[in-house]
Amino acid sequence: MSLHTDASPGLQAVPAEAESVPDGAQAHFEQLLAEDSRIEPRDWMPEAYRKTLVRQISQHAHSEIIGMQPEANWITRAPSLKRKSILMAKVQDEAGHGLYLYSAAETLGTPREKMTEDLIAGKARYSSIFNYPTLSWADMGAIGWLVDGAAICNQVPLCRASYGPYGRAMVRVCKEESFHQRQGFEILLELANGTGAQRGMAQDAINRWYAPSLMMFGPPDDDSPNSKQSMAWNIKRFSNDELRSRFVGMIVEQVKVLGLTLPDDSIRFNEDKQQWEHGPLDWNEFKEVLAGRGPCNAQRLARRREAHEDGAWVREAAAAYAAKQAAAQKTEVA
Amino acid sequence: MVSGSTTGDDGSKPAGTQTSAEPETAAGAAALGSAWPLWEVFVRSSRGLSHVHAGSLHAPDAQMAVRNARDLYTRRNEGVSLWVVPASAIVASDPDAKGQFFESPQGKDYRHATYYTKSEGVKHL
Amino acid sequence: MSSDSATRITPGNALRPEDIVAAGNKAPADVAEYALRLGDDSLILAQRLGWWISRAPELEEDVALGNIALDLLGHARSFLSYAGSASSRTEDDLAYWRREGEFRSAHLFEQPNGDFGRTIARQLVVSFYQYELYTALMSSTDSTLAAIAAKAVKEVDYHRDHSAQWVLRLAGGTEESRRRITRALELTWPYAGELFEDDELAVSLAAAGAAVLPSSLRERFDAGVGAVLSEAELEVPQVPAAPGGGRRGRHSEHLGYLLAEMQVLAREHPGASW
Repeated sequence: MSLHTDASPGLQAVPAEAESVPDGAQAHFEQLLAEDSRIEPRDWMPEAYRKTLVRQISQHAHSEIIGMQPEANWITRAPSLKRKSILMAKVQDEAGHGLYLYSAAETLGTPREKMTEDLIAGKARYSSIFNYPTLSWADMGAIGWLVDGAAICNQVPLCRASYGPYGRAMVRVCKEESFHQRQGFEILLELANGTGAQRGMAQDAINRWYAPSLMMFGPPDDDSPNSKQSMAWNIKRFSNDELRSRFVGMIVEQVKVLGLTLPDDSIRFNEDKQQWEHGPLDWNEFKEVLAGRGPCNAQRLARRREAHEDGAWVREAAAAYAAKQAAAQKTEVA
Repeated sequence: MVSGSTTGDDGSKPAGTQTSAEPETAAGAAALGSAWPLWEVFVRSSRGLSHVHAGSLHAPDAQMAVRNARDLYTRRNEGVSLWVVPASAIVASDPDAKGQFFESPQGKDYRHATYYTKSEGVKHL
Repeated sequence: MSSDSATRITPGNALRPEDIVAAGNKAPADVAEYALRLGDDSLILAQRLGWWISRAPELEEDVALGNIALDLLGHARSFLSYAGSASSRTEDDLAYWRREGEFRSAHLFEQPNGDFGRTIARQLVVSFYQYELYTALMSSTDSTLAAIAAKAVKEVDYHRDHSAQWVLRLAGGTEESRRRITRALELTWPYAGELFEDDELAVSLAAAGAAVLPSSLRERFDAGVGAVLSEAELEVPQVPAAPGGGRRGRHSEHLGYLLAEMQVLAREHPGASW
């Protein structure tokens, strides 16, 4: 107990609103970034850096949590027991990933409860891709291959994000995700080599998920106002278009293994720019979905809210039990 | 650079968190509402190695925290032993006292074997 | 060095459903029928529990229930693979292409999830039953059943702990949670009896040392569950038992819907592989 008190200077938080920048703090922060070192939770950091991180990490966490739903939609109908196991493990992993990310955001002073409330109140964003419906089993394949594939392209550089807890969460997420993309690809491979109906199902899924997965990298660079600052802070390591181009280059080869096609005739390698180019994307649709007018926005949020509200009595019960046990222990000691 | 831990470096409250009346224990925190307190998880990956910080989680009490840690941080056979610690119980060094805490050992290279170059080449030394 | 120690991942070397198939042991017809019962129990419950992933009261519990569902699905696949060996059928042939009346699961497993309390009450009964069952089955004269039981018992031991911890918290938490878990136990209890009913198959296989006589597990089950309930200051529900009939293929109203959902996709594509 006394140790606690003695050490309190080390634990005391710096009130955010004070904004009295300690001497040399800004310079030290800049220096750490320049050295490509890491910022840790109790370091001084500019308020805008903190806010950007909380926004990005919590959005990322929300995406994992909402992202469970389109795939959970097929757990009960998975067509083989092996696939059912894989899918359950994958959706469960996503809960874990959301949880790691919420924890990283919590080190910045925002409790999970607050982030959850923002999400279910419709105040927080998450990746718009999860507002599309999963209409067939092949969507499990397309999500694994394209959506997780795009996510991995995005996430691998984030393992080196300047904020330590975020980078470490991403290391764990990336390790665990390594199976997600492969299982998706193998679902499609199996379908592509299956019956005519299965093959048609696979192609249809690719057709539907291709463009949304490219849009996961975010708007084009010249329309991405926050990107520049995030790159200066070493939160973001590559631009949206760079990552998108890299991804297109990967899947254009991979789709050949499937013997299927991407719904885009314009894909080509631009020798001058050394970049892969693709056909036009419907950014209007992207904005519509982001603004809440996608096919499943209301459904996804309602489901999350329902789970949270239905679980309230359980969380309260466990908290009350813990409090009673702690109180009983105290009286015993006394 | 990047250690095996996932989240907070030391589990302490970050700068910028306004905490009046810091709860003494996790159970104390639970009593304040239905939100479960934060715990830090340490995993021993195999016998002979130390427990290493793996990440955090929420749990209503210690018994559930260690179970949640098992479910969350050892799904892929990552561990043979677990510790959970209420995040609020961790005492951390003061980041502003970095100089007075961590400057001293720097420059004392005579504490390291590499300082002693004349004996190089002598066997079993 | 330490960078990897907390995230090092390995598959481990425990018994997998694929190993049962690879071993190629052919189950005698009566043992296959017995394995079908155990496999169906776990399959139907895994199907129920899978629903919770993305709907649990807290993220940590999504993960916990997911682990339990995955354990049960693993047990189901092993038992079904072995059951199918008698008639050259795969686990999927059995899971997806049998009709309702051919399923051998007890009624308890197909009961709806209800609220979290109902699910926990069902888990309490199932996990304490399965723990006693697998503990005894480890000494089966049938080496495949014994091997599956040996792997499963450790996992079910954890399920037992999980449900017991939650019963304590729900019973000792708030007034509402106590009311809910009390009611949940009353609704669950009628289906416990069927688990311990002997029939001709069980009696003859138990006499041969291959199976466990269901009625022989009751006493230890009552003691185990009784201890949890008494710690939680709950009464053992005094409610009449439901008649059961699952082991003969006679089910409650719920199984048909569950199977319709589980089997719909596979049945749209006869002969397809996934």
